[in-house]
Amino acid sequence: MATLAEHAPRIEALAQELGLEYYPVDFELVPENFMMETAVYGLPVRMPHWSFGVRYIHQLIQRSMGNSRIFEVMFPGDPCHAYLVDSNTLPENVLVLAHVLGHADFARRNGLFVRSMEMAGGRILEQAAARAHRIDEALTEFGQERVEAVLDAALSLEAHIDANRPLYRAPYAELPPPEPPPAHPFQERYKDLPGEAPPPREDAVPRRLSVPPYPEYDLLWFIAQYGPELDGWERDIFLAVREESFYFYPVFACQIMNEGWASYWHARLLREADFLPQDLYVSAIKAHSDVVRPFAGERQLSLVVNPYHLGFSMWERIVEAQGIEAARRICSEDDDFGFVRNHLDAALAEKLDLFVYEIASDGETKIISRDIHAIHEAILAPKFNFGSPRIAATKMDVDGSLTLTHNHSDDGRGLDIARAERVLDYIARVWRRPVFLQTADDEGAPRELSRRAPK
Amino acid sequence: MTSRIRVSADAPWYDLFSRGARDWLRHNQKVRQAVNERLLDLLASGDFISNPTERTVRVPVRMLEHARFRLADPQSESGAGQGKGEVGDVLRPSKPGAGDEAGKGGTGQGEFQLMVELKLDDLVDWLWEELQLPDLKPKPSAAIDEDEIVREGISKRGIRARLDRRLTVKEAVKRRAIQSEPVPFVDDDLRFRQLKQRPRRATNAVVMFGLDVSASMTTVERQLAKTFFFFALQGLRRQYQRVETRFIAHTTDAWEFSEKDFFDVTGSGGTMASSAFRLALDLLDDHYEAAQYNAYLFYASDGENSTEDRPAAGASLQALAERLNYIGYLETRAGTVRFAQTDMRSLMDSLAASGAPVGSHIVSEKKDIWQAIRQFFVRQADQEARA
Repeated sequence: MATLAEHAPRIEALAQELGLEYYPVDFELVPENFMMETAVYGLPVRMPHWSFGVRYIHQLIQRSMGNSRIFEVMFPGDPCHAYLVDSNTLPENVLVLAHVLGHADFARRNGLFVRSMEMAGGRILEQAAARAHRIDEALTEFGQERVEAVLDAALSLEAHIDANRPLYRAPYAELPPPEPPPAHPFQERYKDLPGEAPPPREDAVPRRLSVPPYPEYDLLWFIAQYGPELDGWERDIFLAVREESFYFYPVFACQIMNEGWASYWHARLLREADFLPQDLYVSAIKAHSDVVRPFAGERQLSLVVNPYHLGFSMWERIVEAQGIEAARRICSEDDDFGFVRNHLDAALAEKLDLFVYEIASDGETKIISRDIHAIHEAILAPKFNFGSPRIAATKMDVDGSLTLTHNHSDDGRGLDIARAERVLDYIARVWRRPVFLQTADDEGAPRELSRRAPK
Repeated sequence: MTSRIRVSADAPWYDLFSRGARDWLRHNQKVRQAVNERLLDLLASGDFISNPTERTVRVPVRMLEHARFRLADPQSESGAGQGKGEVGDVLRPSKPGAGDEAGKGGTGQGEFQLMVELKLDDLVDWLWEELQLPDLKPKPSAAIDEDEIVREGISKRGIRARLDRRLTVKEAVKRRAIQSEPVPFVDDDLRFRQLKQRPRRATNAVVMFGLDVSASMTTVERQLAKTFFFFALQGLRRQYQRVETRFIAHTTDAWEFSEKDFFDVTGSGGTMASSAFRLALDLLDDHYEAAQYNAYLFYASDGENSTEDRPAAGASLQALAERLNYIGYLETRAGTVRFAQTDMRSLMDSLAASGAPVGSHIVSEKKDIWQAIRQFFVRQADQEARA
């Protein structure tokens, strides 16, 4: 029986013929456990933290209950890295190989991915591994308690970056020293006399604008940059977490497009790969329909929309109606927000039976709308702002205390207070000065939380 | 076409190391730390004192959550779904009897509980480190009990049974290294372990617990006493090979009880502490030879003792003080405010002033117990240092 390595070149040739463009892809067959851990950590080698342990156990339980199977993990870069489970069947892995080529093509075209790679380079995996190694060294040098305190804070703020600003940012501009006032004409006449030196300038020190000069949503950067007593290695950890978040952002912001694109291509590649043995093709297509089906098991209704299914259906339709070149243009220009709002129209939503539901506090679940705009917003709602509340650093006082402000009018409601307090605890331990957070309570009235650094 | 993909299947190290398992262990360590912080509450339940088989405690705990900023739970949750149905169709009926919590749990992974099994000995070790408590030594005056045989030193002569093969081979290797034509073994290589008889100090202890069970002692006060007794005993167990326990409850009269019954006994009527002290003395005389046992008495009461009992109690305490390593008196004042010096307290204080090994501690809530335990062990260690 032919192996994956033997099928790969022919599938690749077909992909190139169909116009797929990609950076080199390294495929590796790995044990299932490695796969699961990679999915849990988000990277093949990443910093240690106990919260990953919790996710790992959840994954392990899910797997033992047969609920989740991870087919493939793919990391864009130059080269891209893709991992396949060595215990999967050959047809499954042929499908995954084709799917990964679709992802690789997407990452090469899509604007967010291109920008991310321009800023961070193509070797994120290696860099993440090196950072994990440095954190291991910090563990030996500074002890678990201290390193963990920094990771607790940095990882809890993982989503709080400002993806619109560059990865490498200079500190806020400082005001140039004020111009000396124009000399009085009277003085002008005497300035050349000996002993008439100009008076010493009052503030030779450059004055800084207040920090931050505007609400700063990149909390990881802000803390790394302005934390009053942060050590170098602590800064490094914040910046490490931030860099990884920047890397994850395009994947998050384009999930529907990206999974849909990869599914479109694996389906098309398989369809056109007439060199594949018939039984392999049939098994692979079966795996395909498992991946892109809308419902779990035998059910006919789902309260989540499967991004593979939605994206796949949308791309098929776009290619059918507008041609592959138009699809490629959309692929390079959009993210999920533009993609869903512009290309999920009422006809397709109706065909896919999409709806908006509401769960009342007593558990009653109702379909409340089939309006296309309501559907758009319901699909996109969890994706705003990297899936997190909008919180900005708004003020740093002379004593170093920090004020964070939650933009609760944008988010529609206040924060979960108990959790917010714990995050403030994490932050206060590394900020080492009082930290305040302004949000709203259940009634929408302003509420301020405060935390002091423990002694 | 130039191939831009590479397929490899050699990843030998992936199976060797699990990052997930490592971080999961760290999580469990943190859970344990969190559990340790509520130890007092956990340990106050259960008959741990005299029941040596139950040396572990099983505690159900939640998994730790790494907090993130999150929006408050909404009044009603909405989302996008897929399937047939008309607007207004009910997909899931309301749960009967479900209050506000229903419907909110749907967001994440299912909760499940961990059982943490704690070894009592580990807990006590941890506690001792945490409170930086000194280790006690047996009473220095304790008479020589019996001889013990210990290994001490090495010699070139000895009986075959005590041949130390490892050392012998070492010697042989050294010799062979410098000899030009070495033989495997010579007599000079042989090394034997030497034994020696040494006197051993008494390492037995008896701990007597006295409890005032007169009507004025409330449940809360008993619970305080029980917790204190528990930790005092655990501390002593660390020091002595064998610890025996005796439980004495008293009102106007005193009886001995099993541990289980001891804390459930309720008496009525007045309080005559001397009855308990005399019973303790009798027990000591009958069962525990002074030369062989280190003896401790812990006595808990709300401090009230009948006035006419004062001389008798004083005399019996005096007699006990001469026999015991230490008398720990715990005055429980849960809920009530009794600022005045109590009878029992002044009795103990005067005894302590005369140089007897007596310590008094007042506790009104659980957190005071740490202080009492600390005070007891630090003072004990001081006394030993002086002795």
